[in-house]
Amino acid sequence: MPERVKIHRKFTGGLPLRPYKALSTGAAASRLTIPKRLCISMQQQSGAPAMACVTPGERVERGQLIGVPTATLGAAVHASACGRVHALEQRPVPTGSRLVVADCVVIDTDPEPGPASAPGADHWPGDRAGRLAAIRRAGIVGLGGAAFPTADKLGCDRACETLILNGAECEPYISCDDMLMRETPDSILAGAAIMLEIACASRCIVAIERDKIRALETMADAVRRFADERFTMVAIPTIYPAGGERQLVEMLLGLEVPSGGHPIDIGVVCQNVGTAHALANFVASGQPLLSRIVTVTGRGVEAPQNVHAPIGALIGDLLAHCGGLNERASRLILGGNMMGYSLPTADIPITKSTNCVVALTAEDVRDDTTEWPCIRCGECAAACPARLLPQELLRAATGRRFERLTALGLVDCIECGCCDVVCPSHILLTARFRAAKIELAEHRAHARLADAADERYLRRKDRQLREADAARHEQDELKARLAGDEASRRAALSAAVERARGRKRSPDEPE
Amino acid sequence: MVFPLNPAPHAKPVTAVPIVMRRVLYALLPAFAVYCWNFGPGIAVNLMVALPAALLGEALMLRARARDLRHGLTDGSAIVTAVLIVFALPPLAPWWLTALAVVVAVVIGKQLFGGLGANVFNPAMVGYVTVLLSFPAEMTQWLPPGGHAELGLVGHLAYAFGGRLPEGMSVDAVTQATALDVVKQELANMRTIEEIRVGPMFGDLGSRGWQWINVSIAAGGLLLLHWRIIRWHIPVAVLAGLLIPAALLHLIDTSRYLSPVFHLFSGATLLGAFFIATDPVSAAATSKGRLIYGAGIGALTYGIRTWGGYPDGLAFAVLLMNASVPILDRYTQPRIYGR
Repeated sequence: MPERVKIHRKFTGGLPLRPYKALSTGAAASRLTIPKRLCISMQQQSGAPAMACVTPGERVERGQLIGVPTATLGAAVHASACGRVHALEQRPVPTGSRLVVADCVVIDTDPEPGPASAPGADHWPGDRAGRLAAIRRAGIVGLGGAAFPTADKLGCDRACETLILNGAECEPYISCDDMLMRETPDSILAGAAIMLEIACASRCIVAIERDKIRALETMADAVRRFADERFTMVAIPTIYPAGGERQLVEMLLGLEVPSGGHPIDIGVVCQNVGTAHALANFVASGQPLLSRIVTVTGRGVEAPQNVHAPIGALIGDLLAHCGGLNERASRLILGGNMMGYSLPTADIPITKSTNCVVALTAEDVRDDTTEWPCIRCGECAAACPARLLPQELLRAATGRRFERLTALGLVDCIECGCCDVVCPSHILLTARFRAAKIELAEHRAHARLADAADERYLRRKDRQLREADAARHEQDELKARLAGDEASRRAALSAAVERARGRKRSPDEPE
Repeated sequence: MVFPLNPAPHAKPVTAVPIVMRRVLYALLPAFAVYCWNFGPGIAVNLMVALPAALLGEALMLRARARDLRHGLTDGSAIVTAVLIVFALPPLAPWWLTALAVVVAVVIGKQLFGGLGANVFNPAMVGYVTVLLSFPAEMTQWLPPGGHAELGLVGHLAYAFGGRLPEGMSVDAVTQATALDVVKQELANMRTIEEIRVGPMFGDLGSRGWQWINVSIAAGGLLLLHWRIIRWHIPVAVLAGLLIPAALLHLIDTSRYLSPVFHLFSGATLLGAFFIATDPVSAAATSKGRLIYGAGIGALTYGIRTWGGYPDGLAFAVLLMNASVPILDRYTQPRIYGR
């Protein structure tokens, strides 16, 4: 069995970045004791939020369903500890790319953790549709960050050839996938095997960055033990953003995901190692997704480490578990230092997509206030994994030239942040592109409305013309008919007159 | 505790504009030293004029444009422009010539276009070409290789600021034409390259004196490549654009066409390839665009040197190619991922 296959080619762009991973990988992952209060967001995944199905005061067991999926791309939400529902309230909660305000179920947990609610007798049915439904019921979503419902990804009815098991974890600071691969390699592979089956894929490529030596070793051992010919392992270069699914596809298969499309468009599904573990755990124990591993790190944290934490624990609880913040902490980030976003406070609950909390000190972060003009050095273009020209995008964005932005591929920007890091002028490129994307979407919406109004107007005008035409036509017809009537009336009249004349004349004329 | 909200990415940038400019200056230091060694302190005297002139011009324009003076003056771009111009001027130059070139470069070449990053043409070349066209006589006052020891620092200062050489010396006597100029004139006199090159001003590689300055400029260029201040595309394309036609024509007729090695180590070839054509603001920004841009500069330089009215043509070639940058950038956009 080939253990490692060569990478197909290096992806374009990208950067070698300081990893800062050793901060949090020194010790084994710890386990957060269930906090007194959990705050479980109904917006756990990328689709529509779930609807809370419990009421304040109600008792909940660990693993009990508390949020039912409402629409497509939904996923169930469960109580991650037993206790009593304290309140249903709206709070800021993290999603893949920003904080949003969503319904939360606040639970006062029991001091003594009780037993988990028993899984249903038939939590893992034999047929594909039943299994997909079970995955949805178990609330399993992508744990890599975007939180796409796993059932929807695996259940796509389009042909899938390759499953890429993503253990790259290219973003600095984050080490939760690394630790998970060291801890539970067999469970990860078991989960991947289930995914292969459901997606009807024929092979699985496990991709791990080259510098994760221990994770590579453990996973390689596990793959050997697993003895499944469909599995191969690849050590990929440590170049950010090697873990982006588009970059993985480019590197491992030499293919490109179409612009605006998904990997499934070319027969590929990417799954995070954490998702595979959660799936295997559910199949083995019947337990839905109740906790995840979170990296708590940065030089602003006293004791950086990885923590297994129940979904809904507050970031403040996690920080306290890691010795709290030191006085140097000056910026709190959810995610890594490239794509993660700033948090205003630690009073925010973790969700299924929360992989990392970083407390950075003033020396770790860029100063956003000094900026020089763009000198067109092109380093941004060289670093861009999407092969865009950020310097041209910047000009088009500043001038709000939407056609140019479209032609330059603004929508293909993956917001990895590489251009910012190499920019000698310290321009906040990614932030401007994010803003420009919103503006472009608004512009397009406006344009669509204007086009629709235009079309309505034209159609109305057309209709009016047609109606006027029809009316005229009708009138003409009427006139013609009347004229015809007139002619026949006159004919009749003249005939009558003739007859009358005839009658008048007739007495004088002999018969 | 409430934390400030800042946009991603949070990682520190790896470089900054002043660092880039400083490194360009570091890379020119060896060439500066060799220049002084070969031609005496004239370039240092010119630099003493050029630096204050550049900073003054920059400051006045920043003020007029209501821009932050400290931020604008510390980016280092005016200093780089000044240094590049003194490398292009003859070592024996009156102060006003140097000052005029530098002020035109900074004020007209850069600030009037909108300052750093907004200029269409390479500012140093705008300044240089202005004085080249306006004061052709002063622009030919090159010194013989080895310089004039008896001229000394005092002599250079006296000429730069007083317009007079020390007793017993005349400008015509101490200055001479450059090697490329001599070749051009002598070829016109129907002499062959072989006959011309035996003269005392020619070395093994190119013109004596200049060849070692050019070697140190190339070393500085390699340093820029190593520091990733520049990428390989423009220097390689400039050299290819110049040397490939030079090699072909030299193969056809060695008596009428200079060898590519001579072209490489004479005139502004290496300074142009590594330090002038690579000015990012006025160069193409895509990889393919940079190859075309560089090749155009090299080929135009060769054409002007060989058939044009000027012994060297790099400055004109750079300005002509600068004008084509917008169209090069537009038509060399790389294929976007997934399209």
